[in-house]
Amino acid sequence: MKRRWFALATGVLAAALVALLALPTLALFVTASPAAILAGFHHPIAAPALLLSLGTTLVSLAVVVTLGTPLAWWLAQARGRAARAVETLVALPVVIPPAVAGIALLLAFGRRGLLGPLLERLGWAISFTTTAVVLAQVFVSAPFYVQGATAAFRALDGNLFVVARSLGASPARAFFRVAMPLARPGLVAGAAMAWARALGEFGATLMFAGNLQGRTQTLPLAIYTALESDLHAAQALSVLLVAVAFALLLVLRARQGGAR
Amino acid sequence: MTRLRWVLVVLLLGAAPRASAEPTRDLTVFAAASLREVFEALRPAFERARPGSTVRFNFAGSQELRTQLEHGASADLLFSADLKQVEALAKAGLVLSSFVFARNEPVIVVPRGNPAGIHALADLAKTKRLVIGAPEVPIGGYTLKIFDAAGKKYGAALRARLEAAIVSRELNVKQVLAKVVLGEADAGVVYRSDALSARDKVEVVVVPPELNVVAEYPVAVLKSAVAGPDLAQAWLAVLFSEEGSRALTSRGFQPRPMTKIPVLGR
Repeated sequence: MKRRWFALATGVLAAALVALLALPTLALFVTASPAAILAGFHHPIAAPALLLSLGTTLVSLAVVVTLGTPLAWWLAQARGRAARAVETLVALPVVIPPAVAGIALLLAFGRRGLLGPLLERLGWAISFTTTAVVLAQVFVSAPFYVQGATAAFRALDGNLFVVARSLGASPARAFFRVAMPLARPGLVAGAAMAWARALGEFGATLMFAGNLQGRTQTLPLAIYTALESDLHAAQALSVLLVAVAFALLLVLRARQGGAR
Repeated sequence: MTRLRWVLVVLLLGAAPRASAEPTRDLTVFAAASLREVFEALRPAFERARPGSTVRFNFAGSQELRTQLEHGASADLLFSADLKQVEALAKAGLVLSSFVFARNEPVIVVPRGNPAGIHALADLAKTKRLVIGAPEVPIGGYTLKIFDAAGKKYGAALRARLEAAIVSRELNVKQVLAKVVLGEADAGVVYRSDALSARDKVEVVVVPPELNVVAEYPVAVLKSAVAGPDLAQAWLAVLFSEEGSRALTSRGFQPRPMTKIPVLGR
């Protein structure tokens, strides 16, 4: 009796959360006719935004992986207080609201920001450019990759690396041939999380990069812009964004399943 | 087990929609972002006139407010920055009555010190970083009208150069202003009222009257009334009082002279 009660209660509570999470996403798909959604895809705002979103997120992902992997490797190895401090610092953007991230980016890289005068002298104005979009995405998404990659490297058996070195492998060779392949599922998962976060990035982009079609108007900004005039178009774009993100999730799940 | 049952009961009670026990004494006002300062300044006058009552504000872009109302949000009054939103709501059968209560005027703002040297509308064409409103929001629509009029007067080449200078189309007027205040934009187009709200950070360049448009601010009395016509009337009385006119004028609005306040009711 007691056990049945417990099973029932946990079941009801869990089901409530599943419904809460699934219903809004489901509503996106079922409340519009397929014709309306198709019309939304052909909305002039859709194609440039999708292309820009895919392009910028791929670039930011490349930046995050290129810079984040060495950092994660170091964080996984280092034991000092400095490393823990750096680890906390790197995780900070996760808890910063996107709008705050936007202001912070402006105050750092904007025209009147800390680096503004220096960048201006170099003839490099970042705000309102596609570079700003990528920078905002890197800022908000990198922590997800670094955290995932650090955990993946930590989980490795340290002896394997030592053995590889003792067998004559250079540190680089041991890293690329032993550590990277073994940590790959964790690295891929971290990269996917980072990509998803970059794809959905809105607040910091709006603040730091502005909203101009083909240059800084990514899918989330296009959704918000379309919402001002045409709910159906906004809904269609949302469906598109969810579909892209969902496809990403499926690919990832399949790959992880295969790796196990 | 009993404890768990109690936890569930409490949870369910908390989740149940609260029965509306007593009629609310809170007036709910939806207002365009540009009205924030005026309305906040008039809040004490309203609360003095109706002790025990409060007014709740929801400030956002006019079209955002319209979307909220279309999707079931309740409010007593909507103060919009353009007629379009009120007309759409009226068509949807959500409006009891509406009328224009004030006017506002688009102006060009530049960061203090005017680094890009903008002294006239035509100078905007030589900037590299012009920020305006998105065409979907009122200030963006007005800005495009002004640019089109300038194109007619000075030629299509100028119109094209204005277009090329735009680096961002912001989703509300305060964001346009923020980009200029921060010095990120060389110039932007906002309402005079917004320019006044940041007068220590921006300089104003007027748009020639023959090219400018007048922004008409309508108020709509909504069917979804929360507090009812009595409190709504009281808010309008404050807005059209001497103090209300002063609050509007000192922040860049031109209040429409009201000989008598329209009587609300259903």
